[in-house]
Amino acid sequence: MNTKSLVSISDISREEIMQLLETARKFEQNPNRRLLEGKVVATLFFEPSTRTRLSFETAVNRLGGRVIGFSDASNTSTSKGETLKDTIKMVSNYADLIVMRHHLEGAALYATEVTDVPVINAGDGAHQHPSQTMLDLYSIYKTQGRLEDLTITLVGDLKYGRTVHSLIMAMRWFNPTFRFVACKELGMPEEYKTFCRENGIRFTEHTDFSPEVINTSDIIYMTRVQRERFADIMEYEQVKDLYNLNASMLGEARENMRILHPLPRVNEIAQDVDDNPHAYYFDQARNGLYAREALICRSLGIDVTD
Amino acid sequence: MTKTVSKSELAVAALRNGTVIDHIPSSVLFKAVKILGIENLDTAVTIGNNLDSKRLGNKGIIKVADVIFPEKTINRIALIAPSAVINIIRDYEVVEKFPVTLPDTIVGLVKCGNPKCITNNEPMLTRFHVVDRNDVTICCHYCSHTVKSTEAII
Repeated sequence: MNTKSLVSISDISREEIMQLLETARKFEQNPNRRLLEGKVVATLFFEPSTRTRLSFETAVNRLGGRVIGFSDASNTSTSKGETLKDTIKMVSNYADLIVMRHHLEGAALYATEVTDVPVINAGDGAHQHPSQTMLDLYSIYKTQGRLEDLTITLVGDLKYGRTVHSLIMAMRWFNPTFRFVACKELGMPEEYKTFCRENGIRFTEHTDFSPEVINTSDIIYMTRVQRERFADIMEYEQVKDLYNLNASMLGEARENMRILHPLPRVNEIAQDVDDNPHAYYFDQARNGLYAREALICRSLGIDVTD
Repeated sequence: MTKTVSKSELAVAALRNGTVIDHIPSSVLFKAVKILGIENLDTAVTIGNNLDSKRLGNKGIIKVADVIFPEKTINRIALIAPSAVINIIRDYEVVEKFPVTLPDTIVGLVKCGNPKCITNNEPMLTRFHVVDRNDVTICCHYCSHTVKSTEAII
């Protein structure tokens, strides 16, 4: 893998995470900087993802770069049977940086092996999505003023939710305490609990989204429980509303507590939470722009000064 | 001259030059044959299976005349037969004897069990890292899918 690429959040050291957060902070102060003058960034979305693509493309545009690419592989030569390798090699002739999203797991890592152009993974199936993790970290850092010694409650689909898995990996440097709140069908996989034990990360597991859990959290990270994850529709019906959050549950929450969600949400966060001072998920999405500007500069070796 | 030849002696009948791979668990003998590409050889090959073994209960053995496998090739069977022992024969004598060793990385051998893994959808070699040597657990380099070697698809 070429060193400027970003495939997984575990490619980034603690020191580099702190540098990226500082860079993101500078971009929040001034998002428009012509640092990518003359550069071309390819956004290759083999699988559609409007939110992530717009965020990356906005980041490139605000940095003064140009964007080429596609938002759906169905109108590219991939649909004619071209291999990923050939597509990446072809695009490498044109672009200074590749941002790619793919439905297959490991696609981004493979791409880094066939090109010298840096690649940023914008999601490979259910596997990794490091720019989402960076914006989550930035959101936590910004709202709490630190990353160290926080109590973070993860709620909903902890089995398939790649954002919560990556967050655990990234937080390993910062002495967190995690609460895993989920039904048993969607509980945290054993491999991540093992990871916590190996890295000295404290965690407790709960099937009950109780006031005690809510009132002792610094961050509540909500995820969507998806119907298609259940083999038995009755089981889904039984648990689907157990992990919903509404404003009446937040009366005793810590003042600094913020609610995050990778979005899109359905009904796991009630509309009445949106205006609550604890709600942060829309600001969190905006932070994605600054985090991605920072990641793009990292991959292109651009120093961001004040 | 007459000599009583027991069945077990027959099973290890002399090889003039070549390689004897001994102590292969019976259940994986034919997998080992496949991994080493023995079906494509045109020298004399003797394969024995379900032979008595003090160590394994029963075992398989492969004898290949006039072929010395590169160490890298032979070590590929460590994934399924960590107990296997290699004997290099020259002029009816065992000149070298060593156990197989499991490499850190296994390339182009195991098929990833994750249907959504890139390796199952691109013309490319698979790559697995050994993450636990005790119970031989391997992890896909690309999609992180983890599997025990005994359940790995070869």
